Amino acid sequence: MPSTDMTALAAAKQIRNRELGCVELTKYCLQRIRETEPETGAFTNVLYDAALEQAAAVQKRLDAGESLSPLAGVPMALKDNICMRGAATTCASRMLESFHPPYDATVVEKLRAAGAVVVGKSNLDEFAMGSTTETSYFGPTRNPWDPGRVPGGSSGGSAAAVAAGQVPYALGSDTGGSIRQPCSFCGVSGIKPTYGAVSRYGLVAFASSLDQIGPIGRDIADCAAVLKAIAGPDPKDATSALRDPFDFSTSFDGSVENLRVGVPRNYFADGLDDDVRGPVLAAAQTLEKMGARVSEFDLPLADMAIAAYYVVACAEASSNLSRYDGVKYGFRPDGAETLEDVYIRSRSEGFGSEVKRRILLGTFVLSAGYYDAYYKKALQTRRMIQNAFHEAFGRFDMILSPCAPTAAYKLGANSHDPLQRYLGDIYTVSVNLAGIPAVSVPCGFTPGGLPVGMQLIGPAFSEPVLVKAAHAFQQQTDFHTRTPKRGETP
Amino acid sequence: MSVRMIDKKLIAYLEELSRLRLREEDQKEMAESLDSILGYVDTLSGLDTAGVEELSHPFAAVNAFREDVPDDSFERDRIMEAAPQQKDGCFRVPKTVE
Repeated sequence: MPSTDMTALAAAKQIRNRELGCVELTKYCLQRIRETEPETGAFTNVLYDAALEQAAAVQKRLDAGESLSPLAGVPMALKDNICMRGAATTCASRMLESFHPPYDATVVEKLRAAGAVVVGKSNLDEFAMGSTTETSYFGPTRNPWDPGRVPGGSSGGSAAAVAAGQVPYALGSDTGGSIRQPCSFCGVSGIKPTYGAVSRYGLVAFASSLDQIGPIGRDIADCAAVLKAIAGPDPKDATSALRDPFDFSTSFDGSVENLRVGVPRNYFADGLDDDVRGPVLAAAQTLEKMGARVSEFDLPLADMAIAAYYVVACAEASSNLSRYDGVKYGFRPDGAETLEDVYIRSRSEGFGSEVKRRILLGTFVLSAGYYDAYYKKALQTRRMIQNAFHEAFGRFDMILSPCAPTAAYKLGANSHDPLQRYLGDIYTVSVNLAGIPAVSVPCGFTPGGLPVGMQLIGPAFSEPVLVKAAHAFQQQTDFHTRTPKRGETP
Repeated sequence: MSVRMIDKKLIAYLEELSRLRLREEDQKEMAESLDSILGYVDTLSGLDTAGVEELSHPFAAVNAFREDVPDDSFERDRIMEAAPQQKDGCFRVPKTVE
């Protein structure tokens, strides 16, 4: 029998054992989406018919004896900045409202080969620029734990869909925390992979030197299985790393014995809510009790990360988004009389205000006279931040930190103060600047019953070690098994 | 690097560079928010970066060459499907040459 708290691996196992059919499970998820979507708004587009067709096709492959991946037959949600043929890829923007990509992203090709069933495109902040999913042109996603609160962002739709029991897993993308922070806000697990681990071909570009696609799921074992399915070099993405596949064979022994875990003292100073500090420090103690060697240290330059990040990310965004000109694809208003007018009106009417803000900011830091003071300075700071991590990883196998300074906040909070919102990215952006991986897992609840997540950050391509620690933690705790409404262990 | 005032003139210049046109009522809000963000970004000026090499890509980038194997590209029609306006299989724009 399907259930809303079933993991992807458990569901796939039932499918392989003929206890559950692909179509049956997909119908169940679609029904769950019908029931919860009016409140949650996790999707920009639910593919009711296509999903059932896909499920039937996967069942046929399984019935024919084809050996598919450990995820075969399981429904999932795809963040709507990842291209897939047969449906619009909107980036939650008016600019791409009716854009039907002529190709599949590499991750979609890989998921199809693995037998995944895409039930819909999940909501996001417009062009993934935000941390609340409120800047979506199609309206906000709401947090399944409290519909008056944001799910985080920008992969808020993906995280909310998993938390609401609509799908067992989803793909998100993470440029400055867009997988980890919504996972923390929604009480689900996620992985921001090492830069280059997963092909970006078909991911609509925001900041190309920071963007990575990654999984969101009910537990870290599901996320690892999804990451294994989507990772690997890709001739279509010259920045994808030429490496052997991830080997998670030793990641599930439940042990953290002798793992060296660094806790950056300065991440727990002023600015961190007590409601978050408590659960995250308790998680560090849990890992210590389990045999990890936990110690505090100071991670330099944490206070420079947001400034460097917003300069780099906006500079790259202003360049990447110059492609939207109303000519080749995307929004174009009627009545533009000159070519210049086509450009200006398409962009001015097609983009929302946060996207415009970042384009203007990026244009400013790259413009003559300001380049050295802002862009060059930020790239130098980026090098120093990466070096600080390298140094820390000489002493530690991983760094444990909060994902965000607060739990999920109310819709509309700080919506008129972009800087305040940017400051909420303090614990996540430096990971993207350094190009390293991090996992986000639930580690407790606020007194008000909202989920709190922690992140484990490791050196490049250390995903198997991060998964090992997160999995061991999830063997010892039940935070990841709790679901909204009940708030208790099922 | 010092805190700069983003004024209306600079906003107009940035709009021109980025082919955006803000509504007049939005220009003020945009100037204020950019000013406050750039004021925060100025914290970087306190950091000594003398002699530090810039990092524009997370890892030492090495060109990943592949064999030059001819392959099919997208069919023209498939690409043109997404065009907002087209004529005779070409993208259509207002007249640019008199």
